[in-house]
Amino acid sequence: MTAVVETKGLGKRYGRRWALSDCTLSIPPGRVVGLVGPNGAGKTTLLNLAIGLLAPTSGVIEVLGGHPADGPSQLARVGFVAQETPTYSGLSVTDHLQMGAWLNPGWDNGLAIGRIQHLKLDPKQKAGKLSGGQRAQLALTLALAKRPELLILDEPVAGLDPLARREFLQVLMEAVAEHGVSVILSSHLVADLERVCDYLVVLVASRIQVAGEIESLLAGHRRLTGPRRDPSRLPANYRVIEASHTDRQSSLIVATDERVHDPVWTVEQIGLEDLVLAYMSRGVEVEKRQPAHVEVRP
Amino acid sequence: MIRFTLRQFRNVAVVSILVLVVLAVILAITGVPLVHLYDSTIRNCKAQGDCKEFLLTDRSLYVWLGIIVLVAPGIIGVFWGAPLVAGELENGTFRLAWSQSVTRTRWMVTKLGVVGLAAMASAALLSLMVTWWASPLDRVNMDLFGHFDERGIVAIGYAAFAFSLGVTAGILIRKTLPAMAVTLVAFVFARLAFVSWIRPNLFAPAYKALPLDPVSTGFATSGGSMSTATLIPAPPFISNAWVYSTQIVDKAGHALTHSFLARACPLLVSGKSAGVSSAGFGLLGHSATRSQAPAGAQSVLQDCVAKVGATFHELVTYQPASRYWPLQWYEMAIFLGAAVILAGFSTWWVRRRLT
Amino acid sequence: MIEFHLDSRSGVAPYLQVVQQVRQALRLGTLLEGDQLPTVKDVVARLAINPNTVLKAYKELEHAGLVAARPGIGTFVIRTLSDASLSAHGPLRQDLKRWLAKARKAGLDDESIEALFRDTFLSVSEEGVA
Repeated sequence: MTAVVETKGLGKRYGRRWALSDCTLSIPPGRVVGLVGPNGAGKTTLLNLAIGLLAPTSGVIEVLGGHPADGPSQLARVGFVAQETPTYSGLSVTDHLQMGAWLNPGWDNGLAIGRIQHLKLDPKQKAGKLSGGQRAQLALTLALAKRPELLILDEPVAGLDPLARREFLQVLMEAVAEHGVSVILSSHLVADLERVCDYLVVLVASRIQVAGEIESLLAGHRRLTGPRRDPSRLPANYRVIEASHTDRQSSLIVATDERVHDPVWTVEQIGLEDLVLAYMSRGVEVEKRQPAHVEVRP
Repeated sequence: MIRFTLRQFRNVAVVSILVLVVLAVILAITGVPLVHLYDSTIRNCKAQGDCKEFLLTDRSLYVWLGIIVLVAPGIIGVFWGAPLVAGELENGTFRLAWSQSVTRTRWMVTKLGVVGLAAMASAALLSLMVTWWASPLDRVNMDLFGHFDERGIVAIGYAAFAFSLGVTAGILIRKTLPAMAVTLVAFVFARLAFVSWIRPNLFAPAYKALPLDPVSTGFATSGGSMSTATLIPAPPFISNAWVYSTQIVDKAGHALTHSFLARACPLLVSGKSAGVSSAGFGLLGHSATRSQAPAGAQSVLQDCVAKVGATFHELVTYQPASRYWPLQWYEMAIFLGAAVILAGFSTWWVRRRLT
Repeated sequence: MIEFHLDSRSGVAPYLQVVQQVRQALRLGTLLEGDQLPTVKDVVARLAINPNTVLKAYKELEHAGLVAARPGIGTFVIRTLSDASLSAHGPLRQDLKRWLAKARKAGLDDESIEALFRDTFLSVSEEGVA
């Protein structure tokens, strides 16, 4: 099956700053992908490249086997909910649905109207007068009723209160269950993603730190606690992601495919949040060590 | 996409149509009697050569309508053009728009086409209504070129250009308010530059040689210094023409020099004849001013003009009335061309360069 | 019909929580043979979780022979975990209550009671294994 997003050496530069560099990814279909990273890590850049709002400076990106935004049929296959869920404040809810119907050949009007009724939105209400949660739901409805194969959402729940956040994710997950749409959503909060995602991409300081199925990522990482040790003297198949030491104790998060047999270590499973935080702080460390990080490209 | 563009444009369109309708009603109410008045009375007054009374009756509306036609393209550029894309960029709605199943190029071309055509249609309607309304007065005034920018079809070109200019400014600046300000300044500059530097050179002017008329020719110095004294011929009355300049030249085409004037009219140039200078200023051919000059001064001036007129004649450079419509078409085409170039540029920019 | 809930702080994988809740319900008799489990779409819409999580849980239950999927209709319970022992729950509960009252009388607080219970439970289990 074609990957929903496939990139090779993808990079985007603004002036002298690389917002995204050397990004190589292959995301299988049918997943709900969480794109996590601190603010300014390049999440929006990566998503906008996938949508075709941006053109890459280097490398290639393919979405559902095609070039992003390359013609109406490619556009029809990808739904997008942008950051802060922009809508036309002067147009009503009905106007927005009408726009969707006019501008998308695969528009599912029944789905759109059903969603609006279910949300109890007043069709005559101007979008500018909707609450943040309602606006986000309207934007999601527009993207879903397009019946895309891939739905991309940029920080969709960031500005929402917990209830609106839950409702938004409920609708999203229902659509995944019902239509089998692949989803990529970004967030700077792991908690948003824990329940809904089954694939994770951690992006820090314009680079991909880790990407993979959440289940295998969790299975492939361990927390080791034991007497103080130099992490560099660990077996070669242990990749240390995070290490903290006290006078006597070392606490490590390592990536390894094997079972840890050394009885010196107390071995623990780690949760998604710890895993993400470990990669995030590692990414930030790398950035700090190379403050004037400038890419040199042919 | 056309339907959605119309929907987005609806509020602006409704306001514009209302304005046009109100204006049309006013023009119909006042214009129809004007036509009757022309038909019934103007022929008589024209025969008597004095139609001032008729002219004065609707002066203020006549002036205001001209101003409306003059500023309407600017308003279109500022309020229709500048926010067209800048508004989407500013509010982030371009992300919503560009993720529908419509390519950016089609989105841009449709928006430009629909709103641009509306801009041109509005300007055309407005200008043609005013042209019809003012036609009786214009026929009396015999000064077609005096209202060149306020009549006919040039306003269509101006509106298209102002609109494209606004769109382009909005795309480059990406903020509605600054884009509106830049559009206004750039449009006014472009129009003034065109009027002063391009329009006079579109067609080679016609020339007309006239003998110097001792009665209507005036005398002037610049800065009160007698060393710059010269004679000023009155602009001749050429029906509906656009007079660029009137000069005093000899048969070889050389202009009247100060030294020649000093030799021919020592009395005048030395300023010994009291009242000459004051009489000379402003004597641009209107009998009202001239009659105030002292009789003595007048005869000195007339003698002088007669003497100079033996060698020199008056050369008028002008565009005749027959060039009015060619110039209208030409100017409209140039502004339309500029509008198309700007529209093409902004489409390219939206497709290739934006974000 | 059973309603699921998720505890995101428990550290237990979401799919396992669903499995455990079904087993618990089967054990306590709140789910009986022939009962239908909520559809994946319903669970997802209620809990805002990934559908694959629910599918995985249901597959595991199916694998354990507790439920069976009837395509196009839903997933149904085919075996319960409440056996004859269910009838013994009542008397045992009474015994426990009596024991708890005794423990409190002896001055044990909640924490001590729990610790004592767990300790005893573990040591008895180990003896059983050994």
